[in-house]
Amino acid sequence: MIRLVLPPHLQTLARVGAEVTLDVRGPVTQRAILDAIEARYPTLRGTIRDQVTQQRRAYVRFFACQEDVSHDPPDAPLPDPVATGAEPFLVVGALAGG
Amino acid sequence: MSSVRVLVGTRKGAFILTSDGTRQQWEVSGPHFGGWEIYHVKGSPVNPNRLYASQSSSWFGQVLQRSDDGGRMWEPAGNKFVYDGTPGTHKWYDGTPHPWEFKRVWHLEPSLTEPDVVYAGIEDAGLFRSTDGARTWQELPGLRTHESGAGWQPGAGGLCLHTIVLDPVNPDRMYIAISAAGAFRTDDGAKSWRPINRGLKSQYIPNPEAEVGHCVHRIAMHRSRPDVLFMQKHWDVMRTDDAGERWREVSGNLPTDFGFVIDVHAHEPDTIYVVPIKSDSEHYPPDGRLRVYRSRTGGNDWEPLGNGLPQRDCYVNVLRDSMAVDALDPCGIYFGTTGGQVYGSADGGDRWAPIVRDLPAVLSVEVQTLS
Repeated sequence: MIRLVLPPHLQTLARVGAEVTLDVRGPVTQRAILDAIEARYPTLRGTIRDQVTQQRRAYVRFFACQEDVSHDPPDAPLPDPVATGAEPFLVVGALAGG
Repeated sequence: MSSVRVLVGTRKGAFILTSDGTRQQWEVSGPHFGGWEIYHVKGSPVNPNRLYASQSSSWFGQVLQRSDDGGRMWEPAGNKFVYDGTPGTHKWYDGTPHPWEFKRVWHLEPSLTEPDVVYAGIEDAGLFRSTDGARTWQELPGLRTHESGAGWQPGAGGLCLHTIVLDPVNPDRMYIAISAAGAFRTDDGAKSWRPINRGLKSQYIPNPEAEVGHCVHRIAMHRSRPDVLFMQKHWDVMRTDDAGERWREVSGNLPTDFGFVIDVHAHEPDTIYVVPIKSDSEHYPPDGRLRVYRSRTGGNDWEPLGNGLPQRDCYVNVLRDSMAVDALDPCGIYFGTTGGQVYGSADGGDRWAPIVRDLPAVLSVEVQTLS
């Protein structure tokens, strides 16, 4: 099982806790994880990535194993600790004031 | 007994203010969707418990919310807004071509007759419609693909379609306004549109009397006279008596004719309200005095209304969707400020009192009169 951590506003929107577990079939990639979370919680569609272009939203970042993987290709395999569930995949909102 | 429900959108959530018909004691609920920008909340005239809310964030984009119980419970609705066909470009601030990009929903206008039909005005300027209670959205592309569309340029707030006015008599007629393209009208159910800006004069564009390019801030109508429209433009308060064929200025004795809001009394179609703002770069009331101005003559002759409003050291703004009127008698007038106050008057504007003082900056105010 994959562990996914959503930012607080998206936890509220999807009505989930801080961490969600997902069953991802096939290679564990950014795209596969996002496809799985959007399939389970359709209300998240468009909030992490654009619904048409699939581009990550500008103020959203992806962290894995203490690395910023936001600019990695969406179909690149994520590190083994994420794929095995030892480490979570983090969706993070950029820091901002206001 | 009648009651009123005031729907307030702010920079950090939505609030619902309720009172009985006396409009003296208020209950405040919220924030709903705390931390998100709520550009607009509006209820269906057919089913007042059906509310729609535009929820957005720079981080997480656009969400649409819907309530079927007057705002107690909300469910996310459809948030997929895709332009029809290949959208092409409009003009950017510097005059260069810029691709059409969906950014947010500025205004939601529920149908006057169908509870599941609702229109959305979006940035970059387009008009969308849902016929299934906001679950799915389709563009009405005749507006954006108007021959002038490729030349539309944004105002400072973006290229936003912020005003939608439905004709209560002719279901095929609708008015919209875009900053900074101007006002447009359809007479065939949104298939085709034409600019209705004759009579507007805007010194900030190369041809001050151009067919398009005017920064219209808000249009208001009294439902008993759908051919008479009132407009608060970037500068100038305007009026048309022929559905926009020709506008004339009615700024009259206003201390400044810059502003954002304009609305019409519920029972007196020639009584209109504006909130003068000092200038386009000084978005606060003249002399630090917050005053609504009322004309009982459909414009030109205006009287200041400041009883109960701050008359010193007040430097808030009142944004374009932030004034509304109820349908009670006497008519109630409401407006919200960027300082987080929502003021109400239960006597047509003679006396004002704050309903709430310390909300986040107010983006929109709507009122429902409930029986």
